[in-house]
Amino acid sequence: MGVGIDVENLNAWYGSTHTLQDISLNIPANHATALIGPSGCGKSTFVRCLNRMHETNPIARATGVVKMGDVDIYEDANPVEIRRRVGMVFQRPNPFPTMSIYDNVASGLKLNGFRNRAILDETVERSLRAAALWDEVKDELKKKSGASLSGGQQQRMCIARALAVDPEVLLMDEPASALDPVSTSKIEDLIFELKRQYTIVIVTHNMQQAARVAENTGFFLNGKMVEFDSTHKIFTNPKDKRTEDYITGRFG
Amino acid sequence: MAANPLHTPPPPQDTTIFKAPVDRPSRRVRMNRARRYVWNHAVTALSVLSTIVVIAPLVAILAYLIYKGASSLNLGFFTHIPAPVGEPGGGMANAIVGSGIVLALASLMGIPIGIAAGVYLAEFGRGKLLASAVRFTADVLNGVPSIVMGIAAWVVLVKGRGFSALAGGVALAIMMIPTITRTTEEMLATVPHAIREAAYGLGVPKWRTVLSVTLKTASPGIITGCMLAFARVAGETAPLIFTAFGNQFWSFNLTEPIAALPLQIYVYAISPYDEWHRLAWAGSLVLIVMIMAAVTLVRIYANRGVLKGAS
Amino acid sequence: MLVCALSIFAIVLFILATLINQSKLSIHQFGFKFFTSSEWDPVSAEFGAFPFIFGTLATSLLALVMAVPLALGVAVFLTELCPLKLRVPISFVTELLAAIPSVVYGLWAVFVLVPIMRQPLGPFLIKYLGWTGLFGGYNFGVGLLTASIILAIMILPIISSITRDIMLAVPISQREGVLALGATRWEMIRMGVLRNARIGIVGAIILGLGRALGETMAVTMVIGNHAEVPKSLFAPGYTLASVIANEFAEATGDMYLSSLIEIGLALFLVTIVVNAIARGLVWAVTRGGPARAH
Repeated sequence: MGVGIDVENLNAWYGSTHTLQDISLNIPANHATALIGPSGCGKSTFVRCLNRMHETNPIARATGVVKMGDVDIYEDANPVEIRRRVGMVFQRPNPFPTMSIYDNVASGLKLNGFRNRAILDETVERSLRAAALWDEVKDELKKKSGASLSGGQQQRMCIARALAVDPEVLLMDEPASALDPVSTSKIEDLIFELKRQYTIVIVTHNMQQAARVAENTGFFLNGKMVEFDSTHKIFTNPKDKRTEDYITGRFG
Repeated sequence: MAANPLHTPPPPQDTTIFKAPVDRPSRRVRMNRARRYVWNHAVTALSVLSTIVVIAPLVAILAYLIYKGASSLNLGFFTHIPAPVGEPGGGMANAIVGSGIVLALASLMGIPIGIAAGVYLAEFGRGKLLASAVRFTADVLNGVPSIVMGIAAWVVLVKGRGFSALAGGVALAIMMIPTITRTTEEMLATVPHAIREAAYGLGVPKWRTVLSVTLKTASPGIITGCMLAFARVAGETAPLIFTAFGNQFWSFNLTEPIAALPLQIYVYAISPYDEWHRLAWAGSLVLIVMIMAAVTLVRIYANRGVLKGAS
Repeated sequence: MLVCALSIFAIVLFILATLINQSKLSIHQFGFKFFTSSEWDPVSAEFGAFPFIFGTLATSLLALVMAVPLALGVAVFLTELCPLKLRVPISFVTELLAAIPSVVYGLWAVFVLVPIMRQPLGPFLIKYLGWTGLFGGYNFGVGLLTASIILAIMILPIISSITRDIMLAVPISQREGVLALGATRWEMIRMGVLRNARIGIVGAIILGLGRALGETMAVTMVIGNHAEVPKSLFAPGYTLASVIANEFAEATGDMYLSSLIEIGLALFLVTIVVNAIARGLVWAVTRGGPARAH
């Protein structure tokens, strides 16, 4: 099952640029939370702080508390653990081109030392089913390279790959922005199902998408979180004028 | 879960909830994790070790060179020709000057051809198959052992005629051309197209643009590329062994054998005389200082963004 | 100007034609036996190049075995593990290594490496590895092993710097994809970078091989220059490039010269093929990137 995330006073820098300023919010378990805002407002940086990917950049820095359940992910755990428990799907699908579909999805498992053919087979199948890709690729699992699929299929395979290591949270950074409308809608349907088992955080610049899939939405602007509330409230009766301006298209 | 009135849920799919095996707190998984971290640290240690092992010879060679060579470097070294065997003193003045002459010859032949070829590739042959083929061939030619160039120059200029500075110059020029062609082409490619277009827009014909505008803009980088090729052939010995051949005395006649610094170092190094060994060390020090100065200058330019990658 | 560009092709063809032309005599006389016979006797005009082929291959392969792991280690260190501030100085140092002329390497090898090989390295190797049978015979200090060591030092920079270029060409998205699954740093390097770069790395290694095959001066100064197939790593040997360097200037007799030039032809063709394959592999991965002066 998914777990909730508590963020307190998160600040982040790239070099001397103060990208995130005093972010505090609560992401409820087994819900989908959307983060919206104009380009460069810090939403991707925020999400990368949740699985400690932000610190992989040599000039990046972060302070504050991020708790997954009871665990402070910066103080009480090491990054390798956290990144397994918090999966990530990137804006552009990044399949591993030298591996088959099967090997792609199983890669996380193999890293954790699983060699038993039966376990791998079963997990790969279940992950692909969960990502709604199984029927399309089940006959070519080991023959086709991960990079030879279409864009939408690649992204679903990346989702399956992330699910295979049994995360509790799934972070999605504009997962459908590089895809066509049909693939986009498939992925949105997917999120709706995945919510039952995982906590989803989805960054999107598409407000209709946020409205379609997420129960809660946060609006980011210039590194600050302006408003965080139920999606319904944000889109019909926002408290802050800046939110209203963004929603109605006055900027961004 | 608050219902979202803006979304109509899709029909339920066959996505059963499952638990992947990863987080079962089994002993095997725990041991595996420990093993992964050990491997991680081991690899880090190994790569640091490799770097140290690689840097060590350089430091060793340079230190030894300075130690052995510096003491023999005096004014006499730079002004005297070698003394007869057994007599102390003497220097490598003729070898230094000889190298200068041969390198000047090589540059005179190699630089214009190389630059012209590079200009053609960058300005007139863009995107054509020819350009790629030339580039590829130049790279491959760079890998041919220099002694083979020496043989070619020998056949044409020495056979039947005798060793000469000219032959040595030709052998080295053949080596310079591919390198200079590549770096020139690359430097010209970095000149923004907008500059060329500005000139065309003013009605300047293409050949004039290339000459007065594009070349001038790229000239620092092109010069750096030439310096690099120069530094590379300055240390070459093999192609000179049977072209320039070497000379114990002063020689300014281009059709006669001539001394060259790397060649002289080689001859002295394999000789049985301590005095000559001493001179070999000193000569190596001079050679290395020259070459390293050139390489360092190139690096400084590279960091200023003028020459990227050619090193 | 087109003429100048075509000069590159002209140079290659000219060298090829010249070499073939001048070695016609010995090609005609010895045929294929030239490459299998071990008899190199200028006095009786019998020429067989097998010892040189063996020496060239043996030193080159031995040098590769020593240099490749180190070169990869340095490349991994510089691209993935090195603190940013140290990156430039250390890579600069490895490039300086590439700039040292062959004859200076040889000089150092003769006066430093050879004595080390005599004492203490040689006896050390005999003591611990003598059982392999590779270390028999008297240890003069010069020989196959010493030549291989200095060769390894010389080809290290090129393998390392091309490997670095290739590793840098792997997109960050691949690295992040592996990290996001919960991989350690080494696992990320292994699965996200090296795996994607493996074709290019093979190319870099082959380029190192090409350089080793043709390396002349340093090897000549420490290989012992003995035209026989060596029976141990301590024994003196001879390489294709060394025999030309040593004997060409004094060679008398057309057959002698022709044989030496035929060796040059063999060297030319082999290095061209090896380099073409290597450059092809590297090109495929980096799409014909920046020029390298070596």
